[in-house]
Amino acid sequence: MHAVRHIAVNVFRESVRDRVPYNLVIFAILLISASYLLGQLTAGQDVKIIKDLGLAATSVFGLFISIFIGIGLVSKEVERRSIYSLLAKPISRPQLIAGKYTGLVLTLVVNVASMTVALYIVLAVISWNASPEMRASWEAPALDPQLLKAVLLIFIELMLITAMALFFSTFSSPILSAALTFGLYIVGHFNADLKNFELVVDSKPAVWLARGLYHILPDLSAFDVKMQVVHGLTVPAGYLLSAVGYGAGYIAALLLVATVIFSRRDFK
Amino acid sequence: MSAAAVGRGLAGSAVPAAGTIVAAAVCLAFAMTLQVVRDRIYPRQDAATEPLLYVRSPQALDRIVLGFDALAADVYWVRAIQHYGGERLAPNTSGRKYELLYPLLDIATTLDPYFNIAYRFGGIFLSEDYPGGAGRPDRAIQLLRKGIAQNRGKWQYHHDIAFIYYWALHNRAEAATWFRRAAAQPDAPNWLLPLAASMLVEANDRASSRYLWGEIAQSDQEWLRSRAERALLQLDAMDQIDALTGVLKGRLRMISAPYSWQRLLEAGVIRTIPADPSNTPYALDSVTGEIKVASASPLFPMPRTGSPR
Repeated sequence: MHAVRHIAVNVFRESVRDRVPYNLVIFAILLISASYLLGQLTAGQDVKIIKDLGLAATSVFGLFISIFIGIGLVSKEVERRSIYSLLAKPISRPQLIAGKYTGLVLTLVVNVASMTVALYIVLAVISWNASPEMRASWEAPALDPQLLKAVLLIFIELMLITAMALFFSTFSSPILSAALTFGLYIVGHFNADLKNFELVVDSKPAVWLARGLYHILPDLSAFDVKMQVVHGLTVPAGYLLSAVGYGAGYIAALLLVATVIFSRRDFK
Repeated sequence: MSAAAVGRGLAGSAVPAAGTIVAAAVCLAFAMTLQVVRDRIYPRQDAATEPLLYVRSPQALDRIVLGFDALAADVYWVRAIQHYGGERLAPNTSGRKYELLYPLLDIATTLDPYFNIAYRFGGIFLSEDYPGGAGRPDRAIQLLRKGIAQNRGKWQYHHDIAFIYYWALHNRAEAATWFRRAAAQPDAPNWLLPLAASMLVEANDRASSRYLWGEIAQSDQEWLRSRAERALLQLDAMDQIDALTGVLKGRLRMISAPYSWQRLLEAGVIRTIPADPSNTPYALDSVTGEIKVASASPLFPMPRTGSPR
């Protein structure tokens, strides 16, 4: 456990050295400038759009961090040959994978938390400046705690994407890992279509194949409740729990397979 | 190479930073000046003269934007507002008629099916006559029907359709039907049913109107009950006026204008001066002989009516 923590902290420090937190500044500038501009452009819909923009930006920034840092977690160590000195230490390969993953998740925690705080601050300022009539016309309050449900599922999705990037990084080059992870991200958002494949195709084997792929490929659209929370619609606790559970199961599976592949790799 | 030289190399360039930045700024200013001069000498013709919509299929866009539907909907919403504002300010001779307003709102509401303001904005500005709007009440109703399909129970969309039928299409009977549907939605305000009933009176559908007002008269709200009771008396007065007009139609010829109840009494055409359900005598137009509710009556003014059904 000590080794895992040590590796995780080092991954986090490395991401700070790589100036990853700069994206927080860009996020803050984006939100503040958008909140000023939208008031002039959107006929009273600024709170909705700031929420949409804030949640989408949290998701996009996190996606880039997950993919572009995740793909280098293992492959960079192999390319730089620092893997030899690492493995020479009393660290097992599964510990290395767990530590690398935990470190990037820590980076994501800091990012997502900071972006959420920034989003709430901007919303608080808008709410403070709004008239009571305008506040009454909003579908959901500006400082709606329901937003945290969307943030939680965005975070789980990012954890899953990080696990995918790490998984590919254990056996392929960084460029290929990035392409595969991004491809799987897109496929993951279309995944729900595979479930109803029989509506477009008559062939039974094709339908079974599609149904199988539906279960094997990650179902990323399940983590998207941004629209519901912005409109003040209820996201049931059961749905939230099942999505988190699905994410946890999928992440565990990816990390276990990544550990097996990485443990069998010969670096001689 | 000595160790000191290697150290200097690793430490970075010795060129002063401020000087380099000033040089970069001068280069950029030079490029910008050239651009301005070139645009003056060779005016560019690439300004968009026609309104442009790159992707027209809302369903295709829904796929392209992955999980960012709501943000994409916001972009199309802002475009719809800008398009409306641009066309509204464009000179009338431009021939433009808000051609992109419906497609933009259709895309915005497909990407975000809960985009309440987009449906209601479309309901108003698509139906309003040009140049205030697109003059397409059919499109406005289509958009609001889409909103109803996506958000069952939203009384506002039913109300907006009713308003379009009333205001833009002048179809009071259909307006009354939609006001009734609006009133039947959960959380609908209690003034919608009276509105439907009034609309039926205007459409001259007295039987339906009487039925609706009868229902409203059972309300637990005192103001609604008294409004319904008055409306029922007004409906009775309308029936009485029709009956009286029928009776007097031929008999008015027995006396000449100016007409009055007194002269009709003296001529033996009537035995008593007819009174409305509030016991106030009806007014008789001295020139045309038309029977009306008197302005002194508590039933005055009577609702406007359309052509009889």
